[in-house]
Amino acid sequence: MTQRLAEDLIASIPYAKTLGIEARLMGEDFFLVLPYLRSNIGNPSLPALHGGAVGGFMEVCAMAELRRHNPDLPFSKPIGINIDYLRRGKPVETFARAEIIKEGRRVANVRVRAWQESVDKPIAALSGHFLLPTPT
Amino acid sequence: MSAFIEKLWEMGPVMVGGVPHANEIGMKFVAIDKGRGTLSLPYNTALIGDPRSRVISGGAVTTLLDQACGMAAMAAFDELMPIATLSLRIDYQRAATPGETVIAEAICYKTTRHVAFIRAVAHDGDPDNPVATAQACFMITGPAYGTSKAKETDAKKSGENS
Repeated sequence: MTQRLAEDLIASIPYAKTLGIEARLMGEDFFLVLPYLRSNIGNPSLPALHGGAVGGFMEVCAMAELRRHNPDLPFSKPIGINIDYLRRGKPVETFARAEIIKEGRRVANVRVRAWQESVDKPIAALSGHFLLPTPT
Repeated sequence: MSAFIEKLWEMGPVMVGGVPHANEIGMKFVAIDKGRGTLSLPYNTALIGDPRSRVISGGAVTTLLDQACGMAAMAAFDELMPIATLSLRIDYQRAATPGETVIAEAICYKTTRHVAFIRAVAHDGDPDNPVATAQACFMITGPAYGTSKAKETDAKKSGENS
């Protein structure tokens, strides 16, 4: 996959565009960036990012990673996801990287970590099962 | 209806519209009651997750459920408590129908001193045919808003980093 393909993948999802998500590819390292946008704020007085925006960002990350592994297939669908909120999402850039734990024939298990200043200080984590699309 | 719930009814539209991200995706306040909150999300092409089916993204449903759970948690207390999502579990039963408004109904069924437990369902008209179901825990992050104790905590927090 090239940086251009990674960008096209994210650009094809209107929801990802609404959140302002960008794709980055550095060698084999693929991750997503959620730039700070006021429209992603959930609590203006703290301020803090909306938990739903961070959750949606991580969901897009998991689905993009699965798509990257199966570029010829359509998007997978989430079946069940668990999101843990670990720290307040500050009004700064957020990053997310996904890891496919298991990819079976029908279902894949994926984990995502979202962080801001330091990868060692995650702000949220997602783990979930995704239904893999059948080739058309 | 208690005075607090009446106040939340009045605040409802602002509680949703005043949240930039809720406003951005077009979320609407529907109803609030003791330990209960209902919100809606009209269909919006900016939320499409799969361009081929035009189905809205799971993330948009996640956001709606998170917000509804938070509202139910707030309405479970007798005064305005600061809360934050601790965990959110979502099971997607089916794709939301393109063009339909998604409704999220949340019930806070238990509160302790520090945690509120909520379950919620998202549907597009028939609660017995859900789009997704959710289970959430919210943390009570401090004393009730407006109390002298809350002001002390705020002062302490302003120096804090993470």
